[in-house]
Amino acid sequence: MAGLIRQVFRSNFTQRLPAALAQSHRFFSAEGNAPQTFTKEVLQKLVNTNKVVVFMKGNPEAPRCGFSNAVVQILRMHGVQYDAHDVLQSDELREKIKEFSEWPTIPQVFINGEFVGGCDILLQMHQSGDLIEELKKVGIESLLLQEANETDNKKEGK
Amino acid sequence: MSKYTAKYLEEKLAKELDAQYVQAVDESDGCGGKFSVVIVSDKFKGLKMLQKHRMVNSVLAEELKEIHAFSQKSYTPEEWEKVQQEKQ
Repeated sequence: MAGLIRQVFRSNFTQRLPAALAQSHRFFSAEGNAPQTFTKEVLQKLVNTNKVVVFMKGNPEAPRCGFSNAVVQILRMHGVQYDAHDVLQSDELREKIKEFSEWPTIPQVFINGEFVGGCDILLQMHQSGDLIEELKKVGIESLLLQEANETDNKKEGK
Repeated sequence: MSKYTAKYLEEKLAKELDAQYVQAVDESDGCGGKFSVVIVSDKFKGLKMLQKHRMVNSVLAEELKEIHAFSQKSYTPEEWEKVQQEKQ
């Protein structure tokens, strides 16, 4: 796990993160949702509420699991705005989201309402560049891509 | 805590997935709750990453109820060769 986090942080981009991005997500605690019955329909609505929706342990300011933290860091690097749901606030949500996505572990990432994967998959998508493409498909321009373009423009300007 | 060991996972994955290479590492300091595995199998051919991972998850459905931290890298033999070359 430590190696994984280090891998994520190894990117040069983390050093130049605009402070404004710290508020790039809407955080939902399951406690506020009434009634607390996470039926398929409710979960489907939940994953469709934003282009990127994450179910994690803890919240983006304070992830309570290394895998959830890795997902938060990756999305932060790409400057993605997303909804985050803390499954530790609700045992029901924690179980029902696993059934919903047929995926046994947390964190879980949804893009455009579709299940994308957990930490391993998001990390591999990040490393391969696929994440930039997937984000582009739903109209999100990755911050990494913007920065790369700016660098290119500067070079051409010289 | 779980009753599973790296050796157990390697044997099960090798058998169920016809894997030509499996490496499981117990990262839990022995309590058996945290593993990372690398699996190379022909069965992954033509599958997207999510489908590969789902296949592995379904083989370990029972085990993953107890193993709370599980990380996997699943490759076809061709992909694995590439990965090995990049490491050199």
